[in-house]
Amino acid sequence: MKSARSDEFVDIVLADVLEVYGYDFTGYSRASLKRRIVRLYEMDKFVSFAEYRYRIRTDSNYFKRFLEEITINVTEMFRDPDFYRDLRTEILPKLGTYPFIRIWVAGCSTGEEAYSVAIILKELNLLHKSLIYATDINSAVLETASKAIISLNKLKLYTENYIDAGGTADFSDYYTASYSLGKLKDELKSKIIFSTHNLVTDNSFNEFQLILCRNVLIYFDRPLQNQVFELFDGSLEKFGYLALGTKETLDFSLVSNNYERTGAGKIWRKIQ
Amino acid sequence: MEQRCETLIIGGSAGSLDVLLKVLPDLKADLAFAIILVLHRKSGRDNMLTELLRSKTGLRVKELEEKEQIKATNIYIVPPNYHLLIENNRTFSLDVSEKVSFSRPSIDVTFESAAEVFREALVCLLLSGSNSDGTDGSRKVKANGGRVFVQNPISAGSPFMPQNAKEHGNIDAVLNIEEIAEFINHL
Repeated sequence: MKSARSDEFVDIVLADVLEVYGYDFTGYSRASLKRRIVRLYEMDKFVSFAEYRYRIRTDSNYFKRFLEEITINVTEMFRDPDFYRDLRTEILPKLGTYPFIRIWVAGCSTGEEAYSVAIILKELNLLHKSLIYATDINSAVLETASKAIISLNKLKLYTENYIDAGGTADFSDYYTASYSLGKLKDELKSKIIFSTHNLVTDNSFNEFQLILCRNVLIYFDRPLQNQVFELFDGSLEKFGYLALGTKETLDFSLVSNNYERTGAGKIWRKIQ
Repeated sequence: MEQRCETLIIGGSAGSLDVLLKVLPDLKADLAFAIILVLHRKSGRDNMLTELLRSKTGLRVKELEEKEQIKATNIYIVPPNYHLLIENNRTFSLDVSEKVSFSRPSIDVTFESAAEVFREALVCLLLSGSNSDGTDGSRKVKANGGRVFVQNPISAGSPFMPQNAKEHGNIDAVLNIEEIAEFINHL
């Protein structure tokens, strides 16, 4: 695909996807989206843009693939261990004083963060009174998430992360291994509800004491970031916490005055 | 034929830090373009690399932020564990998608993205390193009218990366370490 024209192609594809399927990607950061749309075009060996466009518009199964490939679903358990350490030592113990803890993992992808939070809750003896809502735009990744399977080649990394995050048990206590796969314990999943939710078009659906949305907002332009921050603000109880990715900030948002930064990492507390 | 430089992107992996530490002190203080450093490194919360490079130059050195506007004379460092892409409006976009050539940040990803934005006004420099990152990107930069230079592999602690780009990519010239600061000052 010629680069000068690919910007135009991306505009056309995004308009098609909105018109035919109702998914609105027009507020996404363009460079990353363009890279993935062009990458899929090359990977699936289309001979012309017209053919690619026709396939996306008319083949809803292919659109599923499109959706999976252009959204980014790279995640890991206990990614950024320092963050999980802060969650364990600072944030969750404070929420532990509530009779019931509701947590929203927004943009959960294949579920690794939700399971990581469940493990910490269990070790703090809070899992029994917690509920984790884990949502994503993409139903295919949620199917994967609900299977609670981890590939064993990731175990070394996850175990290291778990230890760095201050885990107090053996990580191997949380899964049973067979062949090349590990199955996470059912107890962890019993407190997680996986559901589709589109941050761009869907509304608030509950009030939470903690919202995790890490490395999702980097894909949105400023106006869309603001819109999503307002959605979070309307979904967070007073004195609730909002956790973002290491390179994301609430500072430029319209709701930032309602929050103060906690000492720990990229975590903000709602103060009004 | 004089080409204006709007942005210089320097890609480096194993062995590249030593080169940067030698080059930075000799850069002039009023560079008319921004420098972006795409370096393979261990992830972590600390900003030791930023501090270290800052101590070697009067130019402003900072780890870049997403959506930040690119400004001339600044030296930007890509944060560990993110790919860097460039938007048409000259702002930064970060991306945590799959590693490319076992790397995140990937030099190829940034070279390719920047190639389409800056076109003839892009200059890329590939330093020491032990994988093939940067080679594909160098072709994309050249295809869009930009220029690509590599550190002389003979002088590199890990020669594979510049050597690979020289053989399989598309480059303008090879630079010795002593030549790099002068070269940048005259872009």
